[in-house]
Amino acid sequence: MDMQVAKKKLGLKERYAVMTRGLDWTPSYQKMEDIYPYIAYEGIKIHDWDKWEDPFRLTMDAYWKYQAEKERKLYSVLDAYTQGNGHLNVTDARYLNTVKLFLSGISPLEYVAHRGFAHAGRQFPGPGPRVACLMQSVDEIRHAQTQVHAVSNYNKYYNGMHDFHHAHDRVWFLSVPKSFFDDAITAGPFEFMVSIGFSFEYVLTNLLFVPFVSGAAYNGDMAAMTFGFSAQSDEARHMTLGLEVIKFILEQDPDNVPIVQRWINKWTWRGYRVLTLVAMMMDYMLPKRTMSWKESWEIYFEENGGALFKDLARYGITMPKCAEHIALEKDHLSHQAWSTFYNYAAASNFHTWMPDEDEMDWLASKYPNSFDKHYRPRYEFWREQAAKGNRFYNKTLPMLCQTCQIPMIFTEPGDPTKICYREVDYKGDKYHFCSDHCKEIFEYEPEKYVQAWLPVHQIYQGNCFPEGTDPTVEGFDPLAAVLKYYHLENGRDNLDFEGSEDQKNFAEWRGQATKNI
Amino acid sequence: MAVAAVTKYEFEPKDKLENFHGNQLLYIGWEDHLLFCAPFAFPFPPTMRFGDIIDNVLPGAFGYHPDFAKIDWSEAYWFKSGKPWTPDFDKSLADNGLKHKDVIRFHTPGLHGIKDSCN
Repeated sequence: MDMQVAKKKLGLKERYAVMTRGLDWTPSYQKMEDIYPYIAYEGIKIHDWDKWEDPFRLTMDAYWKYQAEKERKLYSVLDAYTQGNGHLNVTDARYLNTVKLFLSGISPLEYVAHRGFAHAGRQFPGPGPRVACLMQSVDEIRHAQTQVHAVSNYNKYYNGMHDFHHAHDRVWFLSVPKSFFDDAITAGPFEFMVSIGFSFEYVLTNLLFVPFVSGAAYNGDMAAMTFGFSAQSDEARHMTLGLEVIKFILEQDPDNVPIVQRWINKWTWRGYRVLTLVAMMMDYMLPKRTMSWKESWEIYFEENGGALFKDLARYGITMPKCAEHIALEKDHLSHQAWSTFYNYAAASNFHTWMPDEDEMDWLASKYPNSFDKHYRPRYEFWREQAAKGNRFYNKTLPMLCQTCQIPMIFTEPGDPTKICYREVDYKGDKYHFCSDHCKEIFEYEPEKYVQAWLPVHQIYQGNCFPEGTDPTVEGFDPLAAVLKYYHLENGRDNLDFEGSEDQKNFAEWRGQATKNI
Repeated sequence: MAVAAVTKYEFEPKDKLENFHGNQLLYIGWEDHLLFCAPFAFPFPPTMRFGDIIDNVLPGAFGYHPDFAKIDWSEAYWFKSGKPWTPDFDKSLADNGLKHKDVIRFHTPGLHGIKDSCN
């Protein structure tokens, strides 16, 4: 008699083995080095790819099921938020500038991260990291999409968000996050994993996502907050991948240690410079603050990062030396950044403003060593002038750092009254830097950074005007032409928040929602 | 160091002199006046008289500051790449030895910004 024997179900571990490593094979028609051409040139030595442990044991079929469920929940919240005119529940229309900054500065990076992880995954001969990179690659494109969807509701009502990706590739300050990621994806697969997988996702991500997501929660932005919660489980997986990758590389060969240390030094600094935007967002752009930039740096980098580097000491990895420099900047970073956007508010895709008296007192209490002495006098002057109808708009283009591409706004470590100038002569040309760290990064790989697309120099070369513009005609207005090239409308997308269309509309619509007018 | 790469890795600098249509870049900073968040970048022809920068360009760039009108240019002292330097106002940029992407800054004695706060 035939007996129906129930098929034995695979355990989690076996199932993972079958669905990842079991899918790999050893090629016989092609040479390994032809299939994986980028795996050796960075100098990293891997002896046994099977030593890689994926701590999640997530297989692709489970991934789809799990993510689909999360996104169904996310989109139902977004729909409800949109239908309930949720945008009128944010603390203050100034908050929306945070959303603009995020959408044009960060969301496009999610998309580039998707490409970067797809590329790195393709290049790794080991099936463990390859599958992990594939999942992160899909996560990143999902995040780009869900962020755009979460913010699209605001775009119906407020200015500056209409062409965020066009802006990302052109607007002067957006070259900072863009060039950061371009630097990473044009490196080899191992440097990419250390730069984005470890330094950015593991060491610095809490300084990026926590401030934006908790900022959204504190300021009534349910759309961005829900996105943040939805992405949280992915972020946890990304952090673990970042840490796993670094331990794996370090354990494989002692020759890998100095290479990885140099990458950690470089990418901690590069990532920190991009976080300048987050610093000013936290201290200036959230009407309801969560914590100060300085507090956040102390908790997430000095405490948590300090513990991490203690843990990595057994591999011979030490805390990047830029940490000492950063500690000197934490009293100044956000103020210097906000001043810069106040200066160049005519050329930005979001509004700026001067903090009111209460906000200045908050800043003074969070920054007792620096605010009243160095920044309050500047702000009071600007505020007085604005009240007289003489709001400061700096129309002269700034000098930029060749590496991080931020204007040369940073002061000497330990002397907040002097701009920090560094320079290098290379093949008959001069190159300028905001700091010793950006200078060292250039000196190590000058050929990479001589190609930098510096927005100010591109404007002066005539490359940032709409096609057919003749800059030699009489009365040519370069700023107007550059704004057209950015697809920004003068007087609507830029300038001060005070008197902006956003401010006026928000007040009127909220009035309609809460009063009988 | 050379960039680690799978093939030859050499590129033209994006900001070479020839790309600026006859101009060269000059960066100018004003010490103790951080109300201007960063030094400025300017494209100037090398034949331009240095004094024309002072007379015709700097007022538009720095004139917003109440200290600017008080500057006595005969008292101001200059730095080029961080080292003391004395420009001749009547000579051209080229004759003053200024090359593409040079950085100069000036210090104005007695003027230290809003309420002496270096702003």
